Amino acid sequence: MSQKTHTTKPPQTLEEFMAQALVMEHEAAQRYNDLADAMEMHNNRDVAQMFRTMAGYEAKHAQQIMEEMNWVDVPGVPTGAWPAMEPPESVPHDEVHYLMHPWHALQLALAAEERAREFFDQLALVATTESVRKAALELRDEEAEHVALVQAWIAKTPKPDAQWANDPDPPRYVD
Amino acid sequence: MNDMTQPVPLTAGNFKSATKPIWCPGCGDFSVLSSVTKALALVGKPPHQVAVVSGIGCSSRIPAYTSCYGFHGVHGRSLAAATGLKVARPDLTVLVAGGDGDGYSIGGNHFLHACRRNVDLTYIVMDNHVYGMTKGQASPTTEPDWDNKLSPGGTGVRSFHPLVIALASGANFVARAFAGDPNGTAEIIAQGIRHPGFSFIEIMSPCVTFRPEQREWKNHVHRAAVEATDDAARAARRIMTDDGFNIGVVYAGNRTPYPAVKRNEHSADAVHQLEKEFQL
Repeated sequence: MSQKTHTTKPPQTLEEFMAQALVMEHEAAQRYNDLADAMEMHNNRDVAQMFRTMAGYEAKHAQQIMEEMNWVDVPGVPTGAWPAMEPPESVPHDEVHYLMHPWHALQLALAAEERAREFFDQLALVATTESVRKAALELRDEEAEHVALVQAWIAKTPKPDAQWANDPDPPRYVD
Repeated sequence: MNDMTQPVPLTAGNFKSATKPIWCPGCGDFSVLSSVTKALALVGKPPHQVAVVSGIGCSSRIPAYTSCYGFHGVHGRSLAAATGLKVARPDLTVLVAGGDGDGYSIGGNHFLHACRRNVDLTYIVMDNHVYGMTKGQASPTTEPDWDNKLSPGGTGVRSFHPLVIALASGANFVARAFAGDPNGTAEIIAQGIRHPGFSFIEIMSPCVTFRPEQREWKNHVHRAAVEATDDAARAARRIMTDDGFNIGVVYAGNRTPYPAVKRNEHSADAVHQLEKEFQL
């Protein structure tokens, strides 16, 4: 399921577009919180904290949209609103590991921000109304800023060695 | 003045408990839990009108992670417990959840007869083709050539085909979903809950610990290009000829659920009669 092209029908109004942007941020925040919970349960506190921080950022972006649009509830978006199965900014559940390091978490965050940037970029290309196109370009630029911020964060974060996934007491013994 | 009669719309968060899942990070069951809570929000029944019943296994821990009534029962017997609950309390929405080992092996016989009885339940099976909780034994849906230390060279036994069995046994709603598609799965679960009778939803839910190769499923899964049918023969052909990665509702039938008479219409009399029979 490729994320690369915008194959869905673009939103027709600014409200529809902002609803889509809001759901994307909202679901990204929920996913980061789910991942943080999972890491806490496995005592991987550094990564849990990293995911929790990311969740906070995404929730803040969602709140900004809510305030900008004067919305009280998160609106729904139509089925098939996304080019892939999930909104582009959500980190897939299956891309985490119980021994992962903050560096890995940042790589996932980077990929999510890049997908979001690409999504808005593609949407601006296919938008049929000027207000949607303009808003898509603005959000694309915001996501590009986030990409740069995460890249800078990665540069300051130690990269784990090649043995990071080695567990002296592994859960599986069936290999 | 505020209108106090306006109901507050339910969200997925209303159906999540404060208990955090202990599944392995990366497990597909996290997504299924998210789908279940989203589906319940779509259906719009409050948590106290919903019961989640399960058996034993990783996925069977799910009742604890919801704010609904829950029953974490014995291995393979979730459908038996849920059937009793639904017949006694038809006002409740009853979800049954578990894994492939619990549902198709230990509970295999209950599965057949639950489909046949067609009680208004929604049965969600998180299928990862392995017994994860007991560390990776082959399950009924494991491929015959899956090679590991516990079954060297594979079991050589043909895999169970849950959708075919469900359809042939009389399930009134048959669907396949994928954990990596939580929103699509939520919609399918909501459809299953709303559809009368026994709804069976097989969810491909990767086990990243014992079957890490299942991470590849997301590259093969695709949405069904056709609408659900109420023609069982047509549905059977579809199921038997697809590649196993087609997701969507395959069959939505018209069978009348059991019991045909709504028990709650005379439940007070029934309870009174039952109590009378047991009086010493």
